[in-house]
Amino acid sequence: MADRGHLVPSRPARPRPAPALAPPTSAPRNRSLVTIVRAVGRSGALVPLLLSAGLFAVLVLAPVVAIVARVLLTGDLLAVLGRPVVIAALRLSLLTTTLSLGLTLLLGTPVAYLLARYRFPGRTLLDSLIDLPIVLPPAVAGLGLLMAFGRRGLFGPALEALGLTLSFTTAAVVVAQTFVAAPFYVRAARAAFLAVDQELERVAHTLGVSAWATFWRVTVPVALPGLVSGALMSWARALGEFGATIMVAGSFPGRTQTMPLAIYAALESDLEAALALAALLVLVSLGLLGGLRRVTGPLGERADA
Amino acid sequence: MIRWSAALLALLTGLLLACRSALAPPTAHPSPTPTTTVSGEVVVFAAASLTDAFKEIGAAFSATHPGTTVTFNFGASSQLRAQLEQGARADVFASADQAQMERAQQAGLLAEPPRVFARNRLVIAVPRDNPGGVQTLRDLARPGLRLVTAAPEVPIGVYTQQLLDRAAQDPAYGPDFPARVGANIVSREPNVRQVVAKVALGEADAAIVYQTDLTPDLADKVRPVALPEALTLIATYPIALLRQAPNPTAGAAFIAFVLGPDGQTILQHWGFLPAGDTPTRALRGPLPRPDRGPGG
Repeated sequence: MADRGHLVPSRPARPRPAPALAPPTSAPRNRSLVTIVRAVGRSGALVPLLLSAGLFAVLVLAPVVAIVARVLLTGDLLAVLGRPVVIAALRLSLLTTTLSLGLTLLLGTPVAYLLARYRFPGRTLLDSLIDLPIVLPPAVAGLGLLMAFGRRGLFGPALEALGLTLSFTTAAVVVAQTFVAAPFYVRAARAAFLAVDQELERVAHTLGVSAWATFWRVTVPVALPGLVSGALMSWARALGEFGATIMVAGSFPGRTQTMPLAIYAALESDLEAALALAALLVLVSLGLLGGLRRVTGPLGERADA
Repeated sequence: MIRWSAALLALLTGLLLACRSALAPPTAHPSPTPTTTVSGEVVVFAAASLTDAFKEIGAAFSATHPGTTVTFNFGASSQLRAQLEQGARADVFASADQAQMERAQQAGLLAEPPRVFARNRLVIAVPRDNPGGVQTLRDLARPGLRLVTAAPEVPIGVYTQQLLDRAAQDPAYGPDFPARVGANIVSREPNVRQVVAKVALGEADAAIVYQTDLTPDLADKVRPVALPEALTLIATYPIALLRQAPNPTAGAAFIAFVLGPDGQTILQHWGFLPAGDTPTRALRGPLPRPDRGPGG
């Protein structure tokens, strides 16, 4: 057991710094801006780079700004948010993403730990399998879930014999969300566990602390920022889940119609409601980015120090 | 995205036309009659239930009008109307109900008054082995049955609601019939073809759809259960040229083709009723204007 350590390259406690998300302080950013401006003054070489950066910024910002502007200019956001369809979608999204996040933590944490600490036959396969839902188109995921757990699916009759039906239920929403979103957490958690200095775990072990207690009182606290940012990313992906959900869970207000599905449905009947939900999701996404910076930021600084 | 692709298509069509006029020997005097000037691409936004019939009509139109291509965007009429309102470019709009066409007209999207080109009958669709044991309309209210329908704005969703409301006036069904059926609805799908697909997959026990949706391709998966004669409800399909049509001549020619004998033959081959036909129990007077539906 003690030789487990050499299997894992000991890395500095730095889960991939996320360059887009977390410049540690504002000072270097200003400096680099000055440098860029000076460089542009000296040579035109940076102009095409800046131009493409500008175009990229427009591409990313335009839809977000358009939604917010449209809501601010035309609608009474609060009144629209009070509509039953909107409330139902909000509640359902909150409920299902909470459940899918719980399921993800429950199932994903052991897998991440397993991949980070142990070498076993099939490890590479499992490692690649984790990433499969990330690259798999959600519509394919939805169809696959239907073929597997639908009434006529591979396991459908067995489930039905147990009195369980997945399709068109809130449970189907949770399963679809977990399927597409869990890999984001598992990847981050695996990296976070890998980054934990195993010397700490070994010391705890020699002090007679059980493996279980070591995991909870040493490994998890040290890996926490990585775990939290992975959980946030996973939650965001679940919140935005659309393709797999509409295929396996259908769309019914209050039961399977989550916020993205409600936006899609409202587009042809109630554009105001669609915009209000979209604006809300924009706010949530921005808040999430802020949260991610908070979680990863200090860690990045600590690693740099 | 549709706007972009439409813009791109328009651009390509423009280039194509420019090439054609540059290459083709100029005719003495381009006469204003449609038959000689019809060319290029026709973009048709059509109700999902028209998918099979319109694809065949599109091929026949291109065959009889060399130099034309027909591009379709099939979807719920309500969705297509919303896309058009948001600026999607198309030449022709064919809706599965009058309500969406009227809204398009009120939004100033139409270049001409719409014309009815087909009608359609509603049926109950059940999986081939009918696991829910649905024999009559009344069975749809049986607790535990899994029904799918379309979103409240989608024509088939509106027609279904109208049918249930009409049944509610019959004491044999009772005034709570729509509510009891509604309690069995497990999903409101984006369009009628998605509704049929869920029945074909066996995920739903039944759905009310158009008889034309039970295409030969689905014959081994889905079968119809007739609705009571007394409650027969006929769907009406209007078509119109759009005001912003990039290719109005070809669009008008396409509409004429749909209304003409060739188009009508194809439509009836796919199970549509002729436009002029008034079946025994057709709607008396204008459709009761549906309210905004249960969803709000």
